[in-house]
Amino acid sequence: MSSLPAKAKCVVIGAGIVGNSLVYHLAQMGWTDIVQIDKGPLPNPGGSTGHASNFIFPVDHNKEMAALTLDSQRQYIDLGVNTTCGAMEVARTQERMQEFARRMTSSKAWGIESVLLTPEEAVELVPYMDKDVIVGAFYTPSGSVVDSLRAGTIMRERAQEMGALQSFANTEVLDLVVEEGHIKAVVTDQGTIEADTVVIATGLWGPKLAKMAGAEIPLTPTVHQMKDVGPVPRFMDAKGDIEYPIVRDMDTFMYERQHGTGLEIGSYAHRPILYEPDDVPSNAQAALSPTEFPFTQVDFDLQDEHALELMPEIVGDESVREKYAINGLLSYTPDGMPILGETPEVKGLWSASAVWIKEGPGTGRAVAQLMTRGWSDIDVSASNIARFYEHQKSRKHVKDRVAESFNKTYGIVHPNEQYLSNRNVRLSPYDRRERELGAVFFETAGWERPWWYESNAHLVEKFGDAVMPRTAEWESRWWSPIINAEHLQMRETAGVVDLTAFCIFDIVGPKALDVVQQACVRQMDVAVGRVVYTPVLAANGGFVSDLTVMRLGWDHFRVVTGGAHGMVDLKWFKDLCPAEGGAQVQDLTNSYTTLGIWGPNARRIMEQITSADMSNEGFKFSTCKTIEIDTLRVLASRISYVGDLGWELYIPIEQGEALWDRVWEAGKAFGLIPVGIGVYGTTGRLEKCYRAFGNELESDFTAVEAGMTTPKVKAQDFVGKEAHLRQREEAPVTVCCSLTVDDHTSSTGEKRYMMGREPILTLDGNTIADAHGRNSYVTSAGSAPSLGKHVLMTYLPPQYAVEGTKLLVEYLGEQYPVTVARVGAKPLFDPENERILG
Amino acid sequence: MEILVCIKRYILAGSEFVLTADGTEIDARQLGYTLAPHEEVAVEQAIRFVEEFGGSTTVLSLGVPEAEEQMREQMAIGADRGLLLATDGSEWDPQATAAAIVDAVRAQPQAFDIIMFGAEAADSNNSQVGIRVAHALGLPIVTNVRGVSITDGVARCERVVGNNREVYEVRLPAVLTTREGLNIPRYPSVPGRIKARKKPIDTTTPAKPAAKVEKVRLIVPPNQKTGATILGNGPAAAAAAVAMMEEIGVLA
Repeated sequence: MSSLPAKAKCVVIGAGIVGNSLVYHLAQMGWTDIVQIDKGPLPNPGGSTGHASNFIFPVDHNKEMAALTLDSQRQYIDLGVNTTCGAMEVARTQERMQEFARRMTSSKAWGIESVLLTPEEAVELVPYMDKDVIVGAFYTPSGSVVDSLRAGTIMRERAQEMGALQSFANTEVLDLVVEEGHIKAVVTDQGTIEADTVVIATGLWGPKLAKMAGAEIPLTPTVHQMKDVGPVPRFMDAKGDIEYPIVRDMDTFMYERQHGTGLEIGSYAHRPILYEPDDVPSNAQAALSPTEFPFTQVDFDLQDEHALELMPEIVGDESVREKYAINGLLSYTPDGMPILGETPEVKGLWSASAVWIKEGPGTGRAVAQLMTRGWSDIDVSASNIARFYEHQKSRKHVKDRVAESFNKTYGIVHPNEQYLSNRNVRLSPYDRRERELGAVFFETAGWERPWWYESNAHLVEKFGDAVMPRTAEWESRWWSPIINAEHLQMRETAGVVDLTAFCIFDIVGPKALDVVQQACVRQMDVAVGRVVYTPVLAANGGFVSDLTVMRLGWDHFRVVTGGAHGMVDLKWFKDLCPAEGGAQVQDLTNSYTTLGIWGPNARRIMEQITSADMSNEGFKFSTCKTIEIDTLRVLASRISYVGDLGWELYIPIEQGEALWDRVWEAGKAFGLIPVGIGVYGTTGRLEKCYRAFGNELESDFTAVEAGMTTPKVKAQDFVGKEAHLRQREEAPVTVCCSLTVDDHTSSTGEKRYMMGREPILTLDGNTIADAHGRNSYVTSAGSAPSLGKHVLMTYLPPQYAVEGTKLLVEYLGEQYPVTVARVGAKPLFDPENERILG
Repeated sequence: MEILVCIKRYILAGSEFVLTADGTEIDARQLGYTLAPHEEVAVEQAIRFVEEFGGSTTVLSLGVPEAEEQMREQMAIGADRGLLLATDGSEWDPQATAAAIVDAVRAQPQAFDIIMFGAEAADSNNSQVGIRVAHALGLPIVTNVRGVSITDGVARCERVVGNNREVYEVRLPAVLTTREGLNIPRYPSVPGRIKARKKPIDTTTPAKPAAKVEKVRLIVPPNQKTGATILGNGPAAAAAAVAMMEEIGVLA
């Protein structure tokens, strides 16, 4: 065996499914001189890949996960290691049947063929189930089982055959060397390798390795229990690994699958059992493998009974014995998403962590694309490692959130469902006042944000049916008609909105202008005091973000962006700063608070408390200036995301309550009410057709498709310019549109309201795909109370993107008529923006 | 036929050990627990005798309350009830262990026809408790049993001594200590698991006498170099392989 080289272009640590697919895709993208190391032996080094159940259920409500899974499955097929057997989820409750209707919705939205089955039909496919235990099933015929170890070996060997890769087993990392913020070398027990690019693809050991470099990978090893019973008389003549569909017994959080002559029974129902990465044994210390802990039967007692109920013929057969049972370790993260990308702490140090078998090769490809060209075909921004705020990296946060979400692995999770653990971590300066007003808090990035205020409950009566009351439990959950009442009242008088969760950072220095010009599509060389809303694009012309930039000085720009994604944007700007200096990025998120005030009375309220010129002429739209309110010096910015006249008020966070009190006192005479994020994030923007990052704006959509182009493109260079110019010349294959729902009445007569991510269909019920194969689905959904309509945003191919076109939306198994109300970005409400500009 | 099998929960470790800070125990944080194979065969044998002759199998363990896990495991394959002599987890020397077992046996309403042990505890390896219990109860004992059958109340026991096989006949009641290879223990079934959950375990808490033998500490021997050396690939490796075989004396 050759010895470890002293130098390499790239070191990939880890030879599980992720590391192996990553080295393969890096080689495919043209990289050479890649070294892969693993502390364990090959082909099974002892990580989670080695004990994975290896099955693929293609349907996921989450678009990113579904896309990664579908790409992975295609790759497994190409590698010849995919056995299609069908994937069946069975329901024991009516609530689960509603969830299956929702899964059908996601299945159609992502273009996957699935079908709902009666118990009789389900048992025809899986004859060893007890028909009387289930009430129905959701079946995806393309569900499959893969050989992930074989896939990894093939991909690794292909990279070796291309001359791009050397792999070293039994090579343990002892240290990671960082110099001046950049990774320099990997120290192993077999020698040191210098490299400018290092990837941690070590699954649950990621946190331990990242710490060696001073970085964080916030995941936790978590037990998933499984046992293998057999030989099963019915399977005695099995010719392959699997001949019957895999079954997920969703209401008991379990699965059962044929495994040769045996039946594997797995569970996500037991108590959360979490480990520290430091407590995972070495290969030598482990009795089985490092990630296969001894099975703890007591945690599985109930699961035995549930398996027996569903499959009495097999599980109840005393001759069928337990052959193998483990507490297998998997990686879980506090928000359920993988951890991908370059670490914000160390340049050149990458993570490809918390990835399961079903999304392994797709993730390997996506990370390889990010490493080699800066953008990936599948938008993985929700998995970006830079997304974590400091408190989200704490072990307690990671473990508490994983403990809370573990049993939801097969759960019915509402799109707006809130975590209960680790709340009240970040409190805005208005928190005390908000609690006095009965704020109902949702969490964004640790911030407690009022979604609506119970003190506004009386407005529901005032506006009556205009609040579009909901009777169905599903869409009433995590919702209140007060949101729509606040919206209507704000449009009549004014509302004050807590926007503390904004991420705020300054770019300062003589080269600050160059940095923001590079980052932003719009012209940044504007007069001091201008506020510019701009897309931020990747090299492919897809969205990295959309955000607002204020020019505060010739060498001073302030970026304001959404809290959820803000840390990723911060890194994006930092990365654009010249290495030799001249521009610096300062994170001021925790230094400044933002208070929004909007509505027809906003100007008059402000005029009560400041002598500054707040008139339309004296304070133009899209400008900002410092105003004085008593002793408070407030940076006021005249923009709006809700469609009404008003300002964002920025002030050092400790003076926030004083600002609130002055605005509040002045507002009393003008009908000022507190308004929650339910309005700011949904109703206000939807009737204005404002797009949102992560909904309409993703890296797989362009600014042209999103309808966010300006007549001219600035002369200066910016990231994505070449692609953007090209895209402007081409006719878009899809266009962002706003639809209104024509009739909400379901077959039971109850009115139903779409929540987002539903498929848009033609009148004959067919899905709609654009020329790039992207299906039309609802990117955002919500009430537009001022229009009296429920609005859906979606991308539509040009032949459908015509105002007045009649289409259908499928929601929970039923289809509802919709009309294309707007093509492009022109607002549905106040289309000439008279309210904002007045 | 009433049979008692004494079992001990111990740490299932890999090939390399990590000790606790005070050096008296193996650090089990990363590990699980199990039964020694030579105790599993004892339980299996007991169950086979009960299947053959009727009666019941009792499993007894002196140890932490968590030893219930190992008792339930044996109940899942057919043991009928359990006796847990609960301790605080500290080590009991063989004399104290034997005394507690003897007290427990005497306290049972029924007499046992056979009392079985593994030939030694898998962790402390003292090979004393079975002998001490037999002596205290005035029962005959056959140790290191690798084969056994019963005819007319007489147990025919085979034991392996070096390369030789010894056969003893002993009239029941008697004490037997067993070796791996006595039989192939069955695995539990799920219905067996479910039944096991409802089987009775009587827990008592014997007083711990002062230890007469005390464990001072454990030492992990210096790292022994293990692992494979690849001598070469394909035909090119032949010469090196021959040289190695000569070196270790396989080839003259």
